Amino acid sequence: MKKIIKYVMTDILRNRIVLIYTVFLFITSLSMFSLEDNVNKGLLSLLNIILIIVPLVSIIFSTIYVYNSAEFIELLVSQPLRRKSIWLSLFTGLASSLALAFLVGTGIPVLIYQANNIGFMMIAMGILLSIIFVAIAMLAAVKMRDKAKGIGAAILLWLYFTLLFDGLVLFLLFQFADYPLEKPMVGVTALNPVDLGRILILLQMDVSAMMGYTGAVFKDFFGTYTGVMVSFVAMFMWILFPLWSSTRKFNRKDL
Amino acid sequence: METTVSMRTIFMIWLFLSGSLLAHAKILHVGIHQQFITIQAALSSASNGDTIWVEAGNYHEKNLLINKSIYLKGFGYPVLDGEKKYEVISVKANGVTIDGFKVIHSGVSSIEDYGGIKLYDCSGVTVQNNILEDNFFGVYVLHGNHCTIRNNRVSAYSVEEQQSGNGIHCWKSDSLSIIGNTISGHRDGIYFEFVTNSIIWRNNSFKNLRYGLHFMFSQNNTYVSNIFNNNGAGVAVMYSHGVKMFNNYFIENWGDAAYGLLLKEISDSYIGGNHFEKNTTGIYMEGASRINMEKNLFKDNGWGLKIQASCMDITLSKSDFIGNTFDVGTNGSLVLNNFNGNYWDKYEGYDLNRDAIGDIPYRPVSLYSMIVEKNPPAMMLFRSFITSLMDKTEKIIPSITPENLKDEHPMMKRQLN
Repeated sequence: MKKIIKYVMTDILRNRIVLIYTVFLFITSLSMFSLEDNVNKGLLSLLNIILIIVPLVSIIFSTIYVYNSAEFIELLVSQPLRRKSIWLSLFTGLASSLALAFLVGTGIPVLIYQANNIGFMMIAMGILLSIIFVAIAMLAAVKMRDKAKGIGAAILLWLYFTLLFDGLVLFLLFQFADYPLEKPMVGVTALNPVDLGRILILLQMDVSAMMGYTGAVFKDFFGTYTGVMVSFVAMFMWILFPLWSSTRKFNRKDL
Repeated sequence: METTVSMRTIFMIWLFLSGSLLAHAKILHVGIHQQFITIQAALSSASNGDTIWVEAGNYHEKNLLINKSIYLKGFGYPVLDGEKKYEVISVKANGVTIDGFKVIHSGVSSIEDYGGIKLYDCSGVTVQNNILEDNFFGVYVLHGNHCTIRNNRVSAYSVEEQQSGNGIHCWKSDSLSIIGNTISGHRDGIYFEFVTNSIIWRNNSFKNLRYGLHFMFSQNNTYVSNIFNNNGAGVAVMYSHGVKMFNNYFIENWGDAAYGLLLKEISDSYIGGNHFEKNTTGIYMEGASRINMEKNLFKDNGWGLKIQASCMDITLSKSDFIGNTFDVGTNGSLVLNNFNGNYWDKYEGYDLNRDAIGDIPYRPVSLYSMIVEKNPPAMMLFRSFITSLMDKTEKIIPSITPENLKDEHPMMKRQLN
């Protein structure tokens, strides 16, 4: 298993895309902190990167990588190796290299300029989102045999998590405006890792933002130790469930 | 020679006059080893214009009623204890000065408004340099005229609004000066009702249960350089005209119903040079009209300014909006107000002719802030991709946000520091 992980990682490094991604993250994060006179504004722009760019790169890169390694996977399957360990090594290789790219690219500037709770929460969420979207990408890739269809599905999934889900929530909020929706909303956020990450970061960052009763309800839940634990567990579920599902599918798949 | 004679005459006359005055104004000493042991005793043998010097110590005077124009001076903060039963000092004479006492434990009642120091129908009274602790009402002015409340420290420790009175409470008074007091832990820090032509200057009102400053039906008062921070619901001012507020600080008033400054039915007023920092809502205006607001700083608030559609003829100019979650919120599309020449840190326009004024107008109301106003749980989508996308679209083609609510001449640089 170790050998496969090592092979996947060196392959990704040789690919250079992840290196470019790291450099891109590094330069943008650094410039966001140094260009804005207001540190908070820099953090906000960084928040957008974490919530939009990181999932996008993770999901697209992973999907394409899995499709492109189809032959390599077939080769591995023909060896006396368990399919589960092949699939998990592939996941570990992808997830760790993308998480590492984020840690180096954004983590270092954040630690230089904002080494506090906000910074640590941002780094943690960025890493978790990278891994989650690798897991989701692998599920999409294993479900679709056709490459174009698979990549399309990955883009749609990204669109869903970053945009459509929130639109749906907004729609529901207006449909059920007469009901007290604050508490159910806490549960609804757990259905989208991007929202979960955003709220966890915002609660560290911007007290003024989460105002009013909704803010109070969110703060009561996410602001406590249990709340943070529960949301981290929810984030890990977002890794484990797609991964478990895709592993099962891969085990039975006729390659 | 002649001049020296006249000088001598004047000096003699002066000596005679002052001598006669001194002969009339006695100084009565109160203390354990003094002529009088209680203030009450000294008071009954005093006459108008006398001075009573009180040494440090504990005095249980029950209710000390001052009905002569005297100067009551405490040394080393003599303690006047109301034993949780009495009103500590009641003043019912003109020209009284109360200086340097520590007034504690007034009675608490739901029928009577007991005060630590209460002034009844009097004028020219000065209350200064006192410490008022754990009283129901701190200083209470009832029908006062030309009274001065200066440099007092007023604090209380109640947890419930019902069990607590106001720090400095003024009712039906005129020409008061409230200067340099520190007030905390009361229901309202400073409370005015039917008070006119007064000045409130350099007070510090913090951690009060309800409002730092609260006034109603109080016309033509001026508020200068006060600090209101961390009060339960900020500052609320209602049903008044001719309000002038200069250089006050409204800081850290947090909560669902907390406002830096709440203006309700205020007209013909001026609000300038004030700082609104870290409040849930910097200024909330309802039914306000003809108000000139300029050179104010709105920084790190949830909402910088909430201006309801019931307001008219509000001029907002030369102000800075920095780091607010939402700069301006409103509830309707009717705009009868004028925004001009402010600095907005969210402004994304340009300045081609380099006159420091942005070339395209700035619309401070975002679509998302309108949505949150209508549907508060939508706050959950704060800073998400979809809301910023909606805001951007709305900025280009306004459809829901009021089209006329805009700053035609937004500044490119901060104007205040």
